[in-house]
Amino acid sequence: MCIVLGMSVAHTLLGLLEAGPRHGYELKRTYDSRFGQDKPLPYGQVYSTLSRLLRDGLIEVAGVENGDGPDRKRYAITSAGITDIGGWLRQPERPEPYLQNTLYTKVVLALLSGRSAEDVLDIQRAEHLRIMRELTRRKSAGDLADALICDHALFHLEADLRWLELTAARLDALAGEVRG
Amino acid sequence: MTATSTPTTTPTSQQLRPLLAADQLRKSFGPTDALVGASMSVHAGEVVAVMGPSGSGKSTMLHCLAGIVPPDGGTVRYAGTDIGALSDGQRSALRRTDFGFVFQFGQLVPELTCQENVSLPLRLAGVPRRPAETLAAEWLARLEVADVSGKRPGEVSGGQGQRVAVARALVGGPKVVFADEPTGALDSLNGELVMNLLVTTAKETGAAVVLVTHEPRVAAYADREVIVRDGRTRELEPTR
Repeated sequence: MCIVLGMSVAHTLLGLLEAGPRHGYELKRTYDSRFGQDKPLPYGQVYSTLSRLLRDGLIEVAGVENGDGPDRKRYAITSAGITDIGGWLRQPERPEPYLQNTLYTKVVLALLSGRSAEDVLDIQRAEHLRIMRELTRRKSAGDLADALICDHALFHLEADLRWLELTAARLDALAGEVRG
Repeated sequence: MTATSTPTTTPTSQQLRPLLAADQLRKSFGPTDALVGASMSVHAGEVVAVMGPSGSGKSTMLHCLAGIVPPDGGTVRYAGTDIGALSDGQRSALRRTDFGFVFQFGQLVPELTCQENVSLPLRLAGVPRRPAETLAAEWLARLEVADVSGKRPGEVSGGQGQRVAVARALVGGPKVVFADEPTGALDSLNGELVMNLLVTTAKETGAAVVLVTHEPRVAAYADREVIVRDGRTRELEPTR
């Protein structure tokens, strides 16, 4: 499961560069250790994102080191990049009602077809609780930063579960409406 | 994964007899049916969350499992013994020796210090004062509340009081701890601390935990869940 759903990789790399110039592989390592526990960032995505940031003038090449292998570039954030990351950090994220839409459709289809809508909700509930157990175990084993990321996911999953519970309590009324 | 009303289906349960098993429990309070054929089981060392909306019957289920309330029908077996067939005195003795309890508001004795509260189950079991107090002090330290040992429950915070209650529940070495909404009166941070300590210490001592809660984040500390709705149980098999 990816915790940082929909997170902007470009803005994250930009934010990491604000702490100081880094090579591409250092950026990937830092990203993975801080944000990519469940989904490490592919090298290809690191370099394609850096190319885009270079093109947009948000970062610049701060130096090139020659070695046995290919040249290693160090990247630094520009003043335009600092302005950009500041704006992104102040911008709220849009809540995603993705799950409710899908589940609502399943519940309605179950009611229309005479299947058990309660099973649909309970099956989803078990999956939610399974993920919550994983996150709870991960919290116990991890550091504070990891715990905060898990907390965020746990509270969102709990909100989904409350919706599942409420919908279960309203199934009879919903069945009456759906079946006319 | 399937939703099912059959008893426990974890791999362990297929191999071992449950430590505690309720079968087809029925219980009414006047005209209100609290349980109408509820079944569940708990294995040694397992943490099971009993979840459900308010009034679903989950606390009644806990009280029947613990032998506090006799069911109108059905059986509760503990270590193979039908506890409904025991006398009141035998059930009381069983609760003292084999069960521990944590409630939403701690229910500590207000006139006693926290250390005296924790040593109380040992004293009732006949342990002399000095070793009982020594063991109580060890458990207060284990629950990270050694600093409140000389205070009375009214002088400590809610989170500290619940950790004292957990120490009291575990001090006698119970086989099963019954926890009824143990974090219901706490904020998120204190709730997390209490749950971490409760589950960790129970696992360390091999005690099973029956955890009644309506909070999914609290239930996530359990190994699995049993849902109670309208007096009936639904045990959910793990999805994978």
